[in-house]
Amino acid sequence: MSGQTFPADFSGHMLDLDEDDDLEVFSKNTSLADSSPMPNSPSSMVNQYRPEEEEEEEEQLQQQQGANDKDIFITVDNPESHVTAIETFIMYRVETKTTRGEYDSSEYEVLRRYQDFVWLRSKLEETHPTLIVHPLPEKFVMKGMVERFNNDFIETRRKALHRFLNKISEHPILSYSQHFKVFLTAQELLSHKKQGPGFLSRMGETVRAVANSVRGLRSRPEEFSLMQEYVEDFSNKIYSVDKVTQRIIKEQREYLDELKQYSPTYAQWAESEEELAEPLNGVASCVERCSKESDEQIHHMSEVLVPALHEYVLCTETLKAVMRRRDNIQAEFEAKNVALASRRADQESLQDEVDGLADRVELANNALRGDWSRWQNGMRSDLKSAFLSTAEKNVDYYEQCLAVWESFLLSQRVEPGEQRDGEDEPLPTHPIID
Amino acid sequence: SQSANVMSPRELSLRFLPMLCGVTAQMLEEGSTLLRRMEICVAEAEKRNGKNTVNMQETFTVYLVETRPMDAVAEGRNQAPDSLWRRYSEFELLRNYLLVTYPYIVVPPLPEKRAEFVWHKLSADNMDPDFVERRRVGLENFLLRVASHPVLSNDKILHHFLIEEHGWKEVVYETGFQAKADSRLRALSATFRVRNPDKRFMEMKHYSDELQSHTSQLLRARARVADRLYGVYKVHGNYGRVFSEWSAMEKEMGDGLQSAGHHMDAYAASIDDILEEEEHYADQLKEYLFYAEALRAVCRKHELTQFEFEMASQELVSKKQQHEELSTGIVRTFSFKGMTNKLFGQEAPEQREARLKLLEDLIAEGEEDVQEKTVEEHVERAWVDMHRFKEQKDKDLREALINYAVMQISMCKKGIQMWSNAKECFLKM
Repeated sequence: MSGQTFPADFSGHMLDLDEDDDLEVFSKNTSLADSSPMPNSPSSMVNQYRPEEEEEEEEQLQQQQGANDKDIFITVDNPESHVTAIETFIMYRVETKTTRGEYDSSEYEVLRRYQDFVWLRSKLEETHPTLIVHPLPEKFVMKGMVERFNNDFIETRRKALHRFLNKISEHPILSYSQHFKVFLTAQELLSHKKQGPGFLSRMGETVRAVANSVRGLRSRPEEFSLMQEYVEDFSNKIYSVDKVTQRIIKEQREYLDELKQYSPTYAQWAESEEELAEPLNGVASCVERCSKESDEQIHHMSEVLVPALHEYVLCTETLKAVMRRRDNIQAEFEAKNVALASRRADQESLQDEVDGLADRVELANNALRGDWSRWQNGMRSDLKSAFLSTAEKNVDYYEQCLAVWESFLLSQRVEPGEQRDGEDEPLPTHPIID
Repeated sequence: SQSANVMSPRELSLRFLPMLCGVTAQMLEEGSTLLRRMEICVAEAEKRNGKNTVNMQETFTVYLVETRPMDAVAEGRNQAPDSLWRRYSEFELLRNYLLVTYPYIVVPPLPEKRAEFVWHKLSADNMDPDFVERRRVGLENFLLRVASHPVLSNDKILHHFLIEEHGWKEVVYETGFQAKADSRLRALSATFRVRNPDKRFMEMKHYSDELQSHTSQLLRARARVADRLYGVYKVHGNYGRVFSEWSAMEKEMGDGLQSAGHHMDAYAASIDDILEEEEHYADQLKEYLFYAEALRAVCRKHELTQFEFEMASQELVSKKQQHEELSTGIVRTFSFKGMTNKLFGQEAPEQREARLKLLEDLIAEGEEDVQEKTVEEHVERAWVDMHRFKEQKDKDLREALINYAVMQISMCKKGIQMWSNAKECFLKM
């Protein structure tokens, strides 16, 4: 793929850049504006459009079933603090192992920081506006974790970045993006970042795109209206599930706190008892062991279910953006179409433009259509796996606790106190349960 | 009162045997306790309306006390039990009478007057049906314990309580125990110092404090754990709701989500029964929390007895001394009388004779007093009962802990089942 990029709706990214407390990106982009040529007319935009690419996309999407044999393996690890005169940031090691022909070597190791991932993602979205690009972890978490370099935060982010790259590598089209390859292989990313339309040009595109969307769509095809509805509903549901899960974890932590206070009351009591000391200490020990199991179960939920749900919460923003971009592509076409109908002069060149835009709409729709079912399968598979894992862990938790209490019972049945000579056994000793 | 839905006393006894774990075959062998001859149970509870002592309308609960001769049960005769209604205050009266009459016995406690150590969902309202039910069980347990006690079971007032519905209160008051009750209360709350404390009783008193402290800490912690556990389970109910809504918009995932949601609802609902069961465990612990008080009272009574004995002995010694001084004229100890005698001259011989006589009477009285206040009897009887209590306590609480483990196991099994079901549903997604 060449360095030319396809103009796209950057409204989402504009906000990202504003919020980004990472100064470096901002300063780099202003310098960009000086160096590269800025395409700023609709016709030049059209001229940059590469029809073959889009056709390739369509083909590859249809072949996505065959892309199951993994030939590229990526890991993100080893977060390290880097300090410069201006700032401190974290660098992650990105290691790639691949057998793909397009790659000169079979192994690569590079260092990347968060904003590099942001760059990659924005490039992918630029190039493929109606493909669903997996979201990145958030810049920061609102919850009160103010410290950016808190270890838990870094680890959570690292895992999400790892997942992000793997998701991209599994995508039949995105995985072959030149930007992706550059990201994985180039020792020095800076020079690659400087290529392509600059900051101000992207700004121009955004303004146009916003203008188009304001004009509105004449008629959205029903399938995309349904898709839009689904995205809305899904967004609500996944957000709720995420909230419920957080709440469960909160309640479980509070339960665990009380358990930790509870078990010592048995042990303390045992100190003033003789015969009773043994069973009391037994119960204390059981409660303590169950606390450990509870702790593990909470940990598991936080590590497996929470991140999975959270990713799909972020996905809904991506989906909404994709729907918007598709709408804008259609809107642009419709606008030109209207212009064509009213203008007398420039009929020929306008017609070409309109035809070009019409093709663009068709290809955008096809790309989305294909990626949509792919995304849905991925979502179903990811969430199913996360829920399954959680349910299994819960079963495991109860099984462990069961074993703990059963072994206590066994110790009490077997032990014959001096006073107990069997004559007291006949009466049933437990309440009739079930 | 309807008797159609009432379980037979036997069934009731079996159902709530955890509460009666003190009443074992072994215990029934000891002496000819009342329980051997008579089957007792508290079968029902009913609401009544009436006027209280200040002539105001009030609602209260009455409990049906049923009794049946044991030989009738043994012979399989389906004889209808004798029954009468008693309210909680009458049980209290009975217990107060026993406390005063048998100060060297660790008297079984009543179930709590007001719900304490509640976790948030449990009603603290005395009229709440769950509370009333647990109280019914507690009252039955009280009667069974008293009726199986080698000393208490022979008490006439107890028999009256079980058999005579009307006039029972009058009989109790006629014993004049009320006066003793008041003085007992005063004495037990007074502070006094004993010269020669009995080490065993001091230790036992210390133990009763420990028992009280530990059981109440445990009960408090348990209530908090129950409260939190309730929260965990109930929150899962939200999954039920959301999954159900979500399933409506999904094609492939729909069925799996929907059924998983149902299991989440079931999981959330399951905690109610689990925690209700655990309340019985809490009740068993509470019984011993209150027993600790009774044990302490026996020790305090001993202290008081010892103190009174020491006082009486001291009085006697002092009187004897005075007598000696008066008769021999030798003043050993300083006394005001002695000083004034020295200053103002001695009294007339008739007066002296009168005083000597008075002292001799007092000494005789004092000697009788000391005889009466002898501590040995109380010590012996108390020690026997405290030992009996200790054995009962060890056995009962061990059973209670075992019961608790059984409850936990049941809860775990339910959890395994629920989450295995949920897992199956997720597999279908």
